[in-house]
Amino acid sequence: MCVRAFVTLYAAGEGFVPPSTNDFNLPPLYESIPWLTKPVLLVFLSVILVSVFFILSARKAAVVPSKLQFAGESIYAFVRNDLARDVIGHEFMRFVPYLFTLFTFVLTNNIFGIVPFLQFPAMSHVAFPYVLAIFSFGVFHYVGIRKKGLGAYLKEIAFMPGVPKAVYILLTPIEIATFFLVRPLTLSLRLFANMFAGHLLLLVFIMGGDYMMNDPHLIMKLFSPFSFAFGIALTFFEFMVQCLQAYIFTLLTALYIAGALADEH
Amino acid sequence: MTGTLNLVGFGLSAIGPAIATGMIFAAYINGVARQPEARSVLQPIAFLGFALAEALALFGLVLAFVL
Repeated sequence: MCVRAFVTLYAAGEGFVPPSTNDFNLPPLYESIPWLTKPVLLVFLSVILVSVFFILSARKAAVVPSKLQFAGESIYAFVRNDLARDVIGHEFMRFVPYLFTLFTFVLTNNIFGIVPFLQFPAMSHVAFPYVLAIFSFGVFHYVGIRKKGLGAYLKEIAFMPGVPKAVYILLTPIEIATFFLVRPLTLSLRLFANMFAGHLLLLVFIMGGDYMMNDPHLIMKLFSPFSFAFGIALTFFEFMVQCLQAYIFTLLTALYIAGALADEH
Repeated sequence: MTGTLNLVGFGLSAIGPAIATGMIFAAYINGVARQPEARSVLQPIAFLGFALAEALALFGLVLAFVL
C-alpha cells in the first residue's frame, strides 16, 4: 500500500520539491537595503551576543566565580589551554585573543543554525568562511615572515630541508600549492560545506515531514511523524557537528601558526 | 523520475572518506584503550585526521552542486 501511494504520487506528476541551493538565497529584509539579508543580520547579532556575554561574565570577576563567570572562563580556558597552549607551545599567549575570537564567533554563528526562529547558519554562505580563512591565512604567513624573514620563510616552504635534490621537482609545486592555495581553501570550504550540508539535511526531513502530513493519503500522514522525529534527532547531531567544526577551524588555524613558528627540522 | 547523476557520483566518492574516518577513529580508540594517559596527545591528531579526510567528502558534495 505504501508503494502504491508512492506510485500514484509519481504518476500524478506533482511531487515533493526537495530543498536546493535556492533555499539559501534569502531575499533582503527591506527592499531599499539590498545587502541586509538574514545571514548578515545574524553575523551582527553574533558579534553583539559574544561581546555582551563575555563582558558580563568578566565584569565582576571574583576568586569564587559566579555561574556566569564560570561559564565564560571555562570556554576561555578551553581555547587557551587545549587549543593554543597544547598546539602552539611556549609563544601561545600572543595568539589566544585571535583564536578565542575565531572560536566563539564561528561557534555562535554555527549554533544559529539550530536556534529556533533564527535557524540559519550564517557560515552556510561561503563568503563568511572565505573571509575568516583569509584572516587566518594572513596571520600564519605574517607570523612566519616576522619570525624568519621573507626569504628564509619562503625557502623553507618551497625547499623543505633534508630531502634529496631530485625530489624537489615534485615536492616544490606541491608544497607551494599546499601553503598558498590548499590550506585557505580547505579551511573555508570545510566549514562552509559542513554548515551547508547540515542545513540541507534538516530541511529535507522537516520539509519532507510537512509534505507527507499534507498528503491526502492516510499512509503518508501516518509516516510523517517519523520524518519529524528524525529531523529532531538530526538537530542534535547538527549541534555536535557545529561545535566540532568551530573546534576544527580554530585547531587548524593554531596548527598552521605553530607550523609557521616552528624552527627548521 | 528525473535527477542528476552527480549525486550518484557523490555517493560513490563518499565511500573513501567514510572508510578513512572509520579507520582514524578506530586507531584513536585503540591508542586510548592501550594507553589512557595519551588521550590528550591523540585527540587533536585524531580530529585533525578526521577533518582532513572529511574535507574530501565535502568537496565532493560541493562539486555535486556546482557541476
